[in-house]
Amino acid sequence: MSTVRMPPILRQAVGGAREVDASGSTVREVLVDLTDRYPGIKGHLLDDGGELNRFVNVYVNNEDVRLGEGLETAVTDASTVIVLPAMAGGAI
Amino acid sequence: MVSHRDHLAAVKAEINEVTAQEAAELLSEANPPALVDVRERDEYEQGFIPGAVFIPRGNLESRIEAAVPDHDQPVVIYCASGNRSAYAAKTLTEMGYTHAVSMSGGFSGWKQAGRDWKVPRTLTPEQYDRYSRHVLVPEVGEEGQLKLLESKVLLIGAGGLGSPAALYLAAAGVGTIGIIDADVVDRSNLQRQILHTEDRIGMPKVESAERALKALNPDVNVVAYTERLDSSNVLDIITGYDVIVDGTDNFPTRYLLNDASLVAGIPVVHGSIYQFEGSVTVYKPHEGPCYRCQYPEPPPPELAPSCAEGGVLGVLPGVVGTLQATEAVKLLLGIGDPLIGRQLRYDALTMEFVELKMKRDPNCPVCSKEPSEIEFIDYEQFCAMPSRALATPVQEAVA
Repeated sequence: MSTVRMPPILRQAVGGAREVDASGSTVREVLVDLTDRYPGIKGHLLDDGGELNRFVNVYVNNEDVRLGEGLETAVTDASTVIVLPAMAGGAI
Repeated sequence: MVSHRDHLAAVKAEINEVTAQEAAELLSEANPPALVDVRERDEYEQGFIPGAVFIPRGNLESRIEAAVPDHDQPVVIYCASGNRSAYAAKTLTEMGYTHAVSMSGGFSGWKQAGRDWKVPRTLTPEQYDRYSRHVLVPEVGEEGQLKLLESKVLLIGAGGLGSPAALYLAAAGVGTIGIIDADVVDRSNLQRQILHTEDRIGMPKVESAERALKALNPDVNVVAYTERLDSSNVLDIITGYDVIVDGTDNFPTRYLLNDASLVAGIPVVHGSIYQFEGSVTVYKPHEGPCYRCQYPEPPPPELAPSCAEGGVLGVLPGVVGTLQATEAVKLLLGIGDPLIGRQLRYDALTMEFVELKMKRDPNCPVCSKEPSEIEFIDYEQFCAMPSRALATPVQEAVA
């Protein structure tokens, strides 16, 4: 189980939690696990083809995955995953 | 009892001296020695040797290590005629400087030999007083303060982020501060927008800001723009500024500003806030990532955050806007490590700072292009206040 830190704008959709646990060994598996359990956030994170929306960034251990291995970036139990959608209210 | 003449002779016998000719040769080498002018301020203001660090004799012991940290670095010291510099060379030798020499004949001899000198730019006595705490910091000093006074910073928005940024930049003596904002002061702004006051409700924000900044520091030239940035005016407005502080909070302006700053080659200090969290980063054109490397496109309107969920802790923009002002000053002075390729995120509730690493995207839809090929896009404003200020994008109201 890795820890996923949710942005303020998506916290309501995960019951108000700042952080949620999710299982998976890659970012893709983690996000699929998350969106299966919280369908309300799926449209924010993934496009129709299951890829990361262009207005969302995911960081694993504080590094942007988009410029690394993308959704195939490895995630371990010790990883912290940060999800950050672009936000008009402050890019947070 | 030793007379001054004998004492001076004894000191000169202990230290090494170089002539103006020898000093000039040393200074033209690939690794020149540090050159220290130990005269008094009024003498220095009449003219100095280019490249010299000005440290009056009376402050030599306390300031030399900031100017010359390496005690093994050769140092050439000069005064008016070569006497005070002899004492200074003795002092530095006693402090462990291994190659401190005095220039015989001093500045007078240097000038008589027909060598290059110039009159320094200096602060007025009032400015020296006002900025004395900057002048005392070696990384800023009088030279840095003069640089700030000649600098131009453009603030996008005179709201929550723009308020502390503008106040600190004005206090710091940034000579020209441009402010663009089309809104007027509303009572709901006053919980965080510290540029404005109760008696200025209804006044254009840029006018209110100008009053606040002028009251704080009359040195500052405030350029007010009561308009919105769009593709037709953005280049005209931003061109000529050294740094842009982005304190707006709506997508159309963020993207437009990003694209235009890449064309104009101006670094943008980006700040954003939401509820209890804020972030700061520096987008320096073509050195680090740009906003579109991070977020190539804005979200579609249906996935844009609900405006009604907004709100912000009043102190939060104070923290984030002040960090932006810090980065702006660093960029202007060329000191430290600005947040290029790094995003600093702050959570007021947990009192945590997290630094995220970002890289430039070689396939970025904008910054991978030649500046001449970049076209500006006016995105639709799609996040409007649900209630009374229907024409105002909520993000600006929040920011």
